[in-house]
Amino acid sequence: MSRPNFVLSKEDWSLHRKGYQDQLRHQEKVREAIKQNLGDLISEESIIMSDGKQILKVPIRSLDEYRFRFNYNKQQHAGEGDGDSQVGDVLGRDGDAKQAPGKGEGAGDQPGIDYYEAEVSVEELQNILFEDLELPNLKRKAQDEILSTDVRFNDIRKKGLSGNIDKKRTIMETLKRNALHGNPGIHGITPDDLRYKTWEEIKTPHNNAVVLAMMDTSGSMGTFEKYIARSFFFWMVRFLRTKYEHVDIQFIAHHTEARIVSEDDFFTKGESGGTICSSAYQLALDLVNGHYHPDRYNIYPFHFSDGDNLTSDNDKSVRIVRELSSLSNMFGYGEINQYNRSSTLMNAFRHIQDPNFKFVIIREKREVYKALKTFFGRGSQMVS
Amino acid sequence: MNKEEMLQLETSIDQMMDLARSNGLDFYEMRFEVTPADILYTFGAYGMPTRFSHWSFGKAFHRMKMQYDFGLSRIYELVINSDPCYAFLLDGNTLLQNKLVAAHVLAHCDFFKNNFRFAHTSRYMVESMSVSADRIRSYEMQYGKDPVEELLDAALAIQEHIDPSYVARRRPRKEQNSQDQDHHKQKPEAETPYDDLWELDNLGQKKKKEEPLLGHQKIPARPEKDLLLFLMEHSKVLTDWQRDILAMIRDEMLYFWPQMETKIMNEGWATYWHLRIMREMELTEDETIEFARMNAGVILPSRTSLNPYHVGLKMWEDIEKRWNHPSKEERERWGYEPGRGREKMFEIRETESDVAFLRNYLTKDLIEEMDLYLYQKVGNEWKIVEKDWEKIRDRLCAARTNGGFPVLLVEDGDYMRNGELYLKHEFEGIELDIKYLEKTLPYVYRLWGRAVHLETVLEGRPVLFTYDGKKPHRRFL
Repeated sequence: MSRPNFVLSKEDWSLHRKGYQDQLRHQEKVREAIKQNLGDLISEESIIMSDGKQILKVPIRSLDEYRFRFNYNKQQHAGEGDGDSQVGDVLGRDGDAKQAPGKGEGAGDQPGIDYYEAEVSVEELQNILFEDLELPNLKRKAQDEILSTDVRFNDIRKKGLSGNIDKKRTIMETLKRNALHGNPGIHGITPDDLRYKTWEEIKTPHNNAVVLAMMDTSGSMGTFEKYIARSFFFWMVRFLRTKYEHVDIQFIAHHTEARIVSEDDFFTKGESGGTICSSAYQLALDLVNGHYHPDRYNIYPFHFSDGDNLTSDNDKSVRIVRELSSLSNMFGYGEINQYNRSSTLMNAFRHIQDPNFKFVIIREKREVYKALKTFFGRGSQMVS
Repeated sequence: MNKEEMLQLETSIDQMMDLARSNGLDFYEMRFEVTPADILYTFGAYGMPTRFSHWSFGKAFHRMKMQYDFGLSRIYELVINSDPCYAFLLDGNTLLQNKLVAAHVLAHCDFFKNNFRFAHTSRYMVESMSVSADRIRSYEMQYGKDPVEELLDAALAIQEHIDPSYVARRRPRKEQNSQDQDHHKQKPEAETPYDDLWELDNLGQKKKKEEPLLGHQKIPARPEKDLLLFLMEHSKVLTDWQRDILAMIRDEMLYFWPQMETKIMNEGWATYWHLRIMREMELTEDETIEFARMNAGVILPSRTSLNPYHVGLKMWEDIEKRWNHPSKEERERWGYEPGRGREKMFEIRETESDVAFLRNYLTKDLIEEMDLYLYQKVGNEWKIVEKDWEKIRDRLCAARTNGGFPVLLVEDGDYMRNGELYLKHEFEGIELDIKYLEKTLPYVYRLWGRAVHLETVLEGRPVLFTYDGKKPHRRFL
């Protein structure tokens, strides 16, 4: 009987990269989606409260493959029991059903999963976020010293150490020369073709920065206000650390008086009483004059408040802020104002015409991103 | 798989093909290829080794590969409906696993070759898709990657909305033709084949009279299920290369459609046969245990979905049993001869698809034996709500109808006489996913170029969703 033949083979598939290439394109799209959702993502509680090292699951909804489909939650599905299933048996609750990967129809159809979750590390998120940020008014400090030298291969020369021959470029030269002489191909490498990689010494200046984190802890500052301040400082410190080798942070809490507190207390302990902002500004100024001399440090005082300052204190506040601004790289004032009240402090600050002084009003969580953009955005402009 | 194992596998496949053939299986020439995991998963994600590039395939590949890497799931088989038939085996599988897969795949190929649903699928799709992929790549070079990707995004979003039915293939496409048909229908029955000759004189005059009266000509003349085709033929914003891509996606979908329509039958058939074939092979004790374990994994029932391997296998075995041993009543009333099990099975594998298969052969006894049920979301719990066998069977049939996708019809391509597109969801009791609907309409808009409407039903009331290029809105009708 003549039977259809068959072939059993095992080819070399190592050059078949299509899956990986399209996976890369998908990841690129995830990145774009993250970029569009930065405002929401960077104020995610799971990040702000984390140690900043773990990988986070971030819901990226825009990467769903949308199509016309039935509402999964509003239809009946079939399943197989183990012999004694009854009407009323509970198979699962929302959210935990995803632990039962079904065969056949694909786990993506399980109840509870209706969007695509991308995995993003805080570092990746940070890279995307910081792409658009820069340090304004960066000044070179007198104490800039050459601290570290690094070696980087970044130049090609005709002379060099034979261990550093750049083979690709050398071959290219040979090809070019042979082609010019009408005899293309790789043959007869002459000394003139040789190219060497050469290095350069990189000198990294040693920079210091200090953040003077000031926050109003008076009775009017609630959890929301503190959370905003915390989110902002979280990213700001991270950002500064990418630019400076050492970043000191001093936490100054104030109501009617100011004092230096630990980070923990700064974000958790609430106090009561009225608000005199100038007390914090004065303490910051003392710190600058005492410890953090502007000749040696890049200084970034930031103050978060709900703007509810004692009216008689406003003039004094403005005066000290002017002085602080002139010593600092930037003075930032963030007013957390959920309900859009007009605040006395903001009215006073509006008249400060120092390019080092910036302010922003934050009404909701996602505007932390706006604040970062305002203070550190390229060609940053004031947003009120 | 080392050289030694490859040789053994080759011998086994030879034996298995003889066994399969002697049992009546009829398949194309086979091409077995042993590939590493990432390649197998690439093909799995794309559905075809030569298919075009798109990020959604990359996403699927990533997910499948990750599940494999974590040991959560494993593709055992990958077989292409083509002549010769390509089957891919996983390099990391044991010899026995690949034997089982080869046996399984032979039955799939038999199914592809003989089931009527596949009769019109191109058996050269591997090559066609490769050509399509090349064309799409050349469009990327010519028009840029982004425009091509945007078009693919839109086309893939509605790719299920084609008309794969046999009738559609025979129906004349153009509106003019269908009008002519109507015209023919109105005539009295022809007495001789030449009767229509007498009317030729009147034909031109009649039309002239009718046309001014017709005024607004409805496009399409009757509701059109093939949305992709309708867009290709009637959209005013698509350029030639864009139409070409739509046509390619449509062809690929027409090719894949029968596989979606016969999932339970096909997997059941292949499982039935790999069991039979493997049982006749000489296996060592260890291999027998490994085989049993692997088979048990394949047919493992799931509480939250139907495992087509399991349900399909049970149904085929039941059919064999029932036609081998018909009851007294069946013998007396319908004259069933005993011992016709296999014969009946081969008949069904040729003439049915999943919906008919379930409706005709999923019996009360089977449903009770497999302990099938329907479950639903009640509050935030997923609860079993139905054990009545007829309701279960009917729901299963409904869920397999149209590949499990909602049926949308193009009602009007010139809605409000404004060139807007009016789609209607053929509502059959299950609501659409509103979030998805509102996100998909913009894709249709991208292909149509004017406002797009979709009529469906929400909470018992007809509702019209509209996307006009700015934002989606809805209004109850």
